[in-house]
Order: sequence, then structure tokens, then C-alpha cells
Amino acid sequence: MAEQIDARGLSCPQPVLLTRQAIKQANADEISVLVDTMTQVYNCTRAAEKLGWKAQYDEKDGTYELKLSK
Amino acid sequence: MKRPKDFFASGVGVIVVGLIIGCLAALLQKYGNPANMGVCVACFTRDIVGAFGFHRAGIVQYMRPEIPAFCLGAFVAALSFGEFRPRTGSSPIVRFILGMFAMIGALVFLGCPWRAMLRLAGGDWNAVLGIVGLIAGIGVGVLFLKGGFNLGRSYSARLLPGLAMPFIMIVLLVLAITYPAFGDEGKTALFKSVKGPGAAAAPWVVSMLVGLAIGFLAQRTRFCTVGGFRDAVLMGDFHLLSGVIAFLVAAFALNLVFKQFNPGFEGQPAAHTNHWLNLGGMALAGLSFTLAGGCPGRQVFLSGEGDGDAAVFVIGMMFGAAVSHNFMMVATQPTAPYIVVIGLVIVCIIGFMGRQMPARAR
Repeated sequence: MAEQIDARGLSCPQPVLLTRQAIKQANADEISVLVDTMTQVYNCTRAAEKLGWKAQYDEKDGTYELKLSK
Repeated sequence: MKRPKDFFASGVGVIVVGLIIGCLAALLQKYGNPANMGVCVACFTRDIVGAFGFHRAGIVQYMRPEIPAFCLGAFVAALSFGEFRPRTGSSPIVRFILGMFAMIGALVFLGCPWRAMLRLAGGDWNAVLGIVGLIAGIGVGVLFLKGGFNLGRSYSARLLPGLAMPFIMIVLLVLAITYPAFGDEGKTALFKSVKGPGAAAAPWVVSMLVGLAIGFLAQRTRFCTVGGFRDAVLMGDFHLLSGVIAFLVAAFALNLVFKQFNPGFEGQPAAHTNHWLNLGGMALAGLSFTLAGGCPGRQVFLSGEGDGDAAVFVIGMMFGAAVSHNFMMVATQPTAPYIVVIGLVIVCIIGFMGRQMPARAR
């Protein structure tokens, strides 16, 4: 089952910290992170890739959903 | 589903842009900007505040085109890439106070993190103390961040809060270009230094074009001097820091070429040799910037992409510049040591009160 983190509207580096925390404590193979700027899409992607996860994203109504998977 | 891919977001991208900004900074000095101050977000914001007469330090009053150009360059970049997002609501008044203390701390050292790098690149060894203080301040900020510090969420807003800062910056740029004069006896609406750093300036066209270019590139790469050290300390991520190092190296190299490198502690331009104040001032600035989420340049760029909270931070910096000079808190002036201590206490209180504040669900 996918875990979801809502990091919308948070300043640097909170979205990245939440992403890292979720990956390190992950029970799931997939984590979805909601953010609202491309800056955070790239920041969270970089953090996830550094921990060996893959990232893809989709945009809907100004919210980016970042799908992280092992 | 798309894979996040963009040259500017890559490791090479941020290094290339760091090199470009470093070169442009050294070039601005060659074209007339003050020594070791090619681009200083704090100093130039302070000069703008002085141009309005909000402080009365006659040697640092000039409507610098660089700062509005930074914001507008970022504004254009954000619009072109669909990243202009009006947003606000993340503790604006706290950000105002952080902006104020960040500026007060920076002016005790005599420069923001950008200028700390440029001073080092010009051989001003006092900058080493400033950078050590900066890293110490960022380190304390990281402890607060690890303890759960945050300023709450921002929310998407209507167009007006997002456009306000770019509009203000357009007005500043028009004032910088026209320097309007009213009244008789050559009295002007804006002050302009006749000596000192405020009188040293590149031609406005050069300043504006360089400012626009830096704003555009920095928005694309999210170039951030404080973020660089923060990410390195917080999680061993050297992405942003590599851009900052590139900025330093490029400025150093061009300074050698232009013979702008003069190593030493004594007699450095717009600097003092009080190690404790250099260290303490930058520690206050580093902590304030870290709690607010980015360096002064980054705050200006964010304000250009519609972040109303970053805009309030920038206005806080302007206010800080005015009180710094009016209350004699700059460099080694009499009240500087007191305000550094008071500032550190207040910003630490902000840090403690913001910890464990759970981000509310929405």
C-alpha cells in the first residue's frame, strides 16, 4: 500500500526532510509526496534518488504528486 | 507520469550557473560596483533603503538596479516555465522579523552570504570569520529544523499577492533608471551618495542586464547560498553548495585576472577587523536565513515567482537596514554587539516556539 505525505506549502527544507523520513521508515514500496512547486519536485526527487529510490511526477490543479518507488 | 528532468536542476546546471554568477559579480566590480561587492543582496537593499532616505548614512544611498532586476529576472523565468505561483500565509509577520534580524546581522559583518563569498574571493580574510559564523548560525538553524521547526504552510493565493512584489520592483527599477528630481536647488526625490560605496556603481544598463540574467538563472537553478551549507550540514547533500563553491571560484579567478585580489585582514574595502562581530553578525544572519528557508538572494527570487511570504521577508530586510543605520548598529558601531546578542536571543526564541509545531493537515 502506498503511503502519502502532504508537503504542500512548506518551506525548504521541510518537504525534503519529510520525504527522507518517510523513505527511511517506509513500510511500503511506494510513497506519494504532494508538493506545490517544481522546486520541491526536484528537491524531493534528488533526496529520494540519493537513497536509491526512483521518482516520477504528475500535475493536477496546481498540485504535483511525486510517486517514489524502490 | 513524467520523470523530473531539467538541465538547470542538475548538478552540472547549478555549477555552471554558480560560475556565471561569480564571473558577473567580478565583472560588475570592474565596471564600477564597490570592491568585493559585485552583488551583495544585503548591501544593495540597504543602499535602496538609503536612496529613499529611510536611513541617513550618506555614503550608502543609491537606488541599485540589481535588486529589482533580480526579482524581475526570476519573475520572467517563473512565468516562462509555468512556475509563477501566487502563494502566502506561512507566518508572514515572523518572516518579517527574521528578515529584519538577518539584515541587522549581515550589516554587522558588512555583507550577506553572497558578499561573504565575494570578500573571500577578493582576499579579505575577515570573510573567513564571517563564513565560520554563517555556518555556525546555519548549524543552530539545522538543530531547530531537526527538532521540527517550521513556519506553517503557505496556501495558493489569488494573483494580487503574487504580483505585488514584482510590481513594487518595477517601480524601483523605473526610479533607478530615471532618478527623478523634484524641487529647486537640484534637490532630488531620491538620495544619491557622492562618496563611499554608495557612489561606486556600474552603469545602470549593465547593472540591470546582469541583475536580470542572474535573477533568471537563479530562479531556474534555485541557487541559494544558505541552502548550500544547510543541505550539506543537514543531510550531506552538496548539490546547492557546489553552486556556491563555483560562484566563489569564478569570482576569485576573475579577480586575479582583473587584479582585484588583495589579500589581508587590514584595510579591506567596506570591512572591519573585529573578529567577534564578524562571527556573531553572520551567525545571527545565518540562523535567521535558515529559519526563513533561504538566503537573501533566494528570498528575492522567490518573491519574483509569487511567494508573498518571501516578499514580506524582503520588506523585513529593508526595515532592518533602516533601523541598523539609524540606531548605529552597523559594523563596529556602539550598539552592534548588543543587537547581535539581542537578535540571537529573539531568533532562538522564534526557533524554539516553532519547534514541534505540527504542520496542520489541509
